[in-house]
Amino acid sequence: MTKVKITVGAINKDAGSSRRYKTGGWRTMKPEVDLEKCVSCFKCFDYCPDGAIKKTDEGIEYDLDYCKGCGICAKECPVEAIVMVKEEK
Amino acid sequence: MTGEDKELFASGHRACAGCGEGTAVRQILKAAGPNTIATVCTGCLEVVSTGYPETAWEIPLIHAAFENSASVASGVEVALKQLGKKDDVKVVAFGGDGGTFDIGFQALSGMLERGHDITYVCLDNEAYMNTGIQRCSSTPYGASTTTSPAGKYSIGEQRPKKPIGAICASHDIPYTATATIAYMSDLKKKAKKAIETKGPSFLHVFVPCPTGWRHASNDTIEISRLAVETGIFVLWEAEDGDICNLNVTVKPKKRKPVEEYLKTQRRFGHLSEEDVKKIQADVDEKCEKYGF
Amino acid sequence: MADQRSMTIKGNMATAMGAKLCRPKVVPAYPITPSTLFPEKMSEFIADGELDAEMINVESEHSAMSACIGASATGVRTCTASASQGVALMHEMLFVASGMRLPIVMAVGNRALSAPINIWCDHQDTISSRDSGWLQFYAETNQEGLDLMINAFRIGEDNDVLLPAMVGIDAFVLTHTIEGVEVPAQEDVDDFLPPYEPPHGRLDPDEPSTFGSFGTPEYYQEFKQAQVEAMEGSREVIDRVFDEFEERFGRRYNKVTTYKCDDADIIILTMGSMTGTAREAVNRMREEGKKVGLAKLTVFRPFPYPELEEIMSGAKGLAVVDRNISPGGFGAVYSDLAGASINIEKKPLIKNFVTGLGGREIFVKNFVEIYEKTLAAVEAGEVKKPLEWINMNQEVMR
Ligand SMILES: Cc1ncc(C[n+]2csc(CCOP(=O)(O)OP(=O)(O)O)c2C)c(N)n1
Ligand SMILES: [Mg+2]
Repeated sequence: MTKVKITVGAINKDAGSSRRYKTGGWRTMKPEVDLEKCVSCFKCFDYCPDGAIKKTDEGIEYDLDYCKGCGICAKECPVEAIVMVKEEK
Repeated sequence: MTGEDKELFASGHRACAGCGEGTAVRQILKAAGPNTIATVCTGCLEVVSTGYPETAWEIPLIHAAFENSASVASGVEVALKQLGKKDDVKVVAFGGDGGTFDIGFQALSGMLERGHDITYVCLDNEAYMNTGIQRCSSTPYGASTTTSPAGKYSIGEQRPKKPIGAICASHDIPYTATATIAYMSDLKKKAKKAIETKGPSFLHVFVPCPTGWRHASNDTIEISRLAVETGIFVLWEAEDGDICNLNVTVKPKKRKPVEEYLKTQRRFGHLSEEDVKKIQADVDEKCEKYGF
Repeated sequence: MADQRSMTIKGNMATAMGAKLCRPKVVPAYPITPSTLFPEKMSEFIADGELDAEMINVESEHSAMSACIGASATGVRTCTASASQGVALMHEMLFVASGMRLPIVMAVGNRALSAPINIWCDHQDTISSRDSGWLQFYAETNQEGLDLMINAFRIGEDNDVLLPAMVGIDAFVLTHTIEGVEVPAQEDVDDFLPPYEPPHGRLDPDEPSTFGSFGTPEYYQEFKQAQVEAMEGSREVIDRVFDEFEERFGRRYNKVTTYKCDDADIIILTMGSMTGTAREAVNRMREEGKKVGLAKLTVFRPFPYPELEEIMSGAKGLAVVDRNISPGGFGAVYSDLAGASINIEKKPLIKNFVTGLGGREIFVKNFVEIYEKTLAAVEAGEVKKPLEWINMNQEVMR
């Protein structure tokens, strides 16, 4: 992990710096989206606990650096455009 | 990216896969917007999001201890008034159910009674999760936790869930609401309303916990939905503490049997048919009070 | 310098006047004997428009300190007052305030801790928070209470310090006793104490930062060491600020103030209001030709061991009078002094006297007895009984 010099009072001014930590490494299952099926309802975007889904013009895109593979997106997708597949490491 | 899509609770936080708190906090911060100062109790949310030298918070945050999110927020709010910034900056206090129903209850009551312009958000995962799933006054009847374990002589938690929303509303605060993450537009609407309300508001958010409730990580939203569809958790809002005229915002057309909810989680796995009947009867009685 | 105003006021009023002159913005407080007059007076100042601030009438001392932390982290000057059970109740938050390096100031009416419940003077409340990372000052008089409040803000807010500070005034002996004080003019205090601008950060959406991070074993010890370094650094700042205070306001403060110590064989070390009685005892004993001196601790944290080392160097016996006790150990001043002097070669025999607990009066004759017991140890060349209780009520002892 990144080492930083300590600050006075442990005040951390590096807002959003958690992004340095890639939680994608926790994953055992990986989501795959079929953009042909995607209707851009963005339910998956709203439900994702990890902010690992981005909205795009075509639908959505995963940020696999952060996706922990929980599978909520696949389960909640109303048109079954998302499937979970085994993560190949 | 639209303003609403800007993430104020950043990725890289270490909540368990499928944690309902992650979803709730992302959405509530979006509703609050960047001109917000947050306080948080000790608990899962603080631990997963503030490990030095990283932080998931894109807005100012202060964590001081377990029982005092509400009183720290009171200090923040009054200081903002003194600095002449209160009209621009919102204050949102977060607490887990333990930090809200139990150890932080006094501080919360004080904050509500004093009339601070603060939105208090309780993220209710129905136990002390950060310390390893101990029972809380938020734990529902029949749930097995590490300090209310089910066993030969015990059904698990013996007491019903404390009605925290009604208790908070009874402080005659301008706005009180319950919400859960499956009902996203309801949650967003209530969060916005709570934050825009002048004076104290209380938002009770039901957030499933795959680790503590022992359910699959992809079931988080489904369970949150089933809780509403079965009447286990009722979505309502009340203005000016008028709990006699509260507004149930999501009324399932036909309530599903509680069994459908209970069977999704292994914390209820030990319950007998009799036990489930009792829970069903309790829920029926409660829903009658709510008028559906 | 503008003229100072002479007033005859209670100790609580003195600390409140001192606080008011420092223009705090937020005052979260909770009533407790003997400090209640402080929040009452602050409320009055605000109600009468004499102070532009807001009280938070919190529901507990734990919340008082929590609200102080929230307000101070938002970047405003913040103070409170408490005592005894209240200080004990906020104990958890004292460490948070200092760990976040928030220069909150608290006036404490030093009072005994339960059980049995007792509202009178001793120092156990603040002494039991000595490890919480707060600067600690103890007043002998109401004037000192007022002045030390002003000094506490200035020292605590110094960019090299950034630590919270307690100012102790003895329960009833000072809090409720009327004495003459000189009250500095507002403009002079404004000059002495600039507005608070936290250099290390504040809760501000324009520059979002996280306060109260989770500190892993990789970082925690470094944070604590930095905090201790700030406390160490405060030694020099305290001297500098006390010098400047004297220049401006004409009253001298020291971490340790000596009285007739130059040629003294025996030195009595005191803290708080008992010092007045001890001074009188020294005067009387001096008239009888006894070579006795007095040293008064005004600063207990940081513990002024370099100053004490020098004071001790010429003496044969040192009597440490503690108005507190750690059961199974000693009084706190004695423990600290003994610890600090262990590697000093030339040091006097040191004895610990515990007295004045729970409002027990301390008389001139008690200091004479303390002197005599210390002298006896010196003459015997050893300390047989390091800890002795003074002024016990034999009639009620079992
Ligand atoms: C005064 C105090 N008592 C106990 C604890 C230990 N503790 C830390 S977090 C926690 C449980 C938090 O539970 P909850 O508020 O429900 O939040 P969750 O972790 O479930 O989100 C406990 C018991 C503490 N930190 N401080
Ligand atoms: Mg919990």
